Amino acid sequence: MADISKEQVKHVAHLARLAVTDEEVEQLVDELSAIIDYAEQLNELDTDGIEPTTHVLDLKNIMRKDEPKEWITQEEAFKNAPDHEDGHFRVPSILGDS
Amino acid sequence: MSLFDHTIKELEAKLHNKEITVQDLVDESYRRIKEVDGQVNAFLTLDEENARAKAKELDEAADATASLFGVPGGIKDNIVTKGVRTTCASQFLDNFNDPLYDATVVQKLKNEQAISVGKLNMDEFAMGSTNENSSYTPTRNPWNTDYVPGGSSGGSAAAVAAGEVLFSLGSDTGGSIRQPASFCGVVGMKPTYGRVSRFGLVAFASSLDQIGPITRTVEDNARVLEVIAGHDEMDTTSANIDVPKYTEALTKDISGLKIAVPKEYLAEGVAPEVRESILEALKVYESLGATWEEVSLPHSKYAVSAYYLLSSSEASANLARFDGVRYGVRSENADNLIDVFKKSRSEGFGPEVKKRIMLGTFALSSGYYDAYYKKAQKVRTLIKQDFDKIFEDFDVIVGPTSPTPAYKVGELIDDPLTMYANDILTIPVNLAGVPGISLPCGFSENGLPIGLQIIGKYFDESTVYRAAHAFEQATEHHKKRPQLGGAN
Repeated sequence: MADISKEQVKHVAHLARLAVTDEEVEQLVDELSAIIDYAEQLNELDTDGIEPTTHVLDLKNIMRKDEPKEWITQEEAFKNAPDHEDGHFRVPSILGDS
Repeated sequence: MSLFDHTIKELEAKLHNKEITVQDLVDESYRRIKEVDGQVNAFLTLDEENARAKAKELDEAADATASLFGVPGGIKDNIVTKGVRTTCASQFLDNFNDPLYDATVVQKLKNEQAISVGKLNMDEFAMGSTNENSSYTPTRNPWNTDYVPGGSSGGSAAAVAAGEVLFSLGSDTGGSIRQPASFCGVVGMKPTYGRVSRFGLVAFASSLDQIGPITRTVEDNARVLEVIAGHDEMDTTSANIDVPKYTEALTKDISGLKIAVPKEYLAEGVAPEVRESILEALKVYESLGATWEEVSLPHSKYAVSAYYLLSSSEASANLARFDGVRYGVRSENADNLIDVFKKSRSEGFGPEVKKRIMLGTFALSSGYYDAYYKKAQKVRTLIKQDFDKIFEDFDVIVGPTSPTPAYKVGELIDDPLTMYANDILTIPVNLAGVPGISLPCGFSENGLPIGLQIIGKYFDESTVYRAAHAFEQATEHHKKRPQLGGAN
């Protein structure tokens, strides 16, 4: 069994910006360990000298002129926003009560 | 007999001869949805008012030459539709009622006068293979509602199978078009990576995701792909390669076609009745003048591991955009900004989505990146090379789409590794980026559809369609219909 600790799960949850309950931590320890354990099979393969594939097509950077185009208006951008004020998205203070 | 038992081409003739109107087609769609969708749950949102208005407008139009003129279809709910609620079947986007633009594929359907009747159910953010991960009521299989429709495009496949629409769009990251098409007895195509623009597709794993059509017949499928395929300046990963007339590839002539059958695709783990159906299909191909040989995709057994590491890693980055600031449901329990992120995401995402974000974040985190993420990318290279090698000598690869017919609802929900492993026949296709189709090739003892998968060379959807069409026209499987609704 791969060794993923509760502390690791909590750390990863913080990196992923997920709040997890103690119960979820327990469950994620088991689930992630099982998946990682399964994925250890990849180590059966010798991949020395094999190039990683990030993308299957031979892609190159595509350049275009930086020109303004018609796109959504500021008003439209706020249509689906949970909260906004004076042309800004509004959020609670960064250093609020926690 | 339903109007939707006709092909798009047949309906085009009926419209032309004034035997039917576009309003008849749209009526048929909503009539059937009202009749059976209470059992199937294929739709999350209906767009009835707009669809009916559009039908009326088309019936009064002078020019009826567009290639999907008046054809009712449905759109998977992870494809953005201007002004029409788009949720990805997630509570996080439950209130995303007013998207600001149409995905390129949606715009292309509109350009050809197709009519969207609504948005289709799915596994949340396309993560799942049963539709049980929808945060709304999961879709059921029209052939037997005790069974899952497959996923993640379960609503897209079920809606077509149930006769609610003539076509639908799905998305396929590890089999999410082909596997539900297989489970629901319809035709589902995952095009070559880059063939169809992903602009407006809510990204799951950007190097794997591809949009494709689900239909009842191969001919209809080719017709829809012709419309949605092609380069798009809004998606720099869309390929700048001409789109052939796929419908013209359907010649029924496959004499001399060279078929490869990977032994891994008929190995232990594939249900005997599925194997039998595939062997029967190969006999049909022989009778049509094709030849087949057994080959090997030696790295396919590693595909599932590589896929879950890569797709989850990409997902963890892509889903970072759901922060509760600009759109989506914001937690009401947050006191500071980081709390807005954490609580909105935790309250809005379901367990499978959280698990994959966690797995991906772990695989990308400092100290594990080389061991997991980069290793999986190298294995991806080996899997791609397996395909390249076979396509030096063969035109297509044929095998089952899924090792089994549809599962019972709840059967695998607590056994994620088995569920993941069952995607072993579709996942390698996404990792390699080649096109693959699923079409009906038989039925299990208990009456559930079995799917035949045909995999082709990069950007050679034409040959895949030609091979699929020849088989379909030589068999009767695609003519069977689920007994659902009405007097049944």
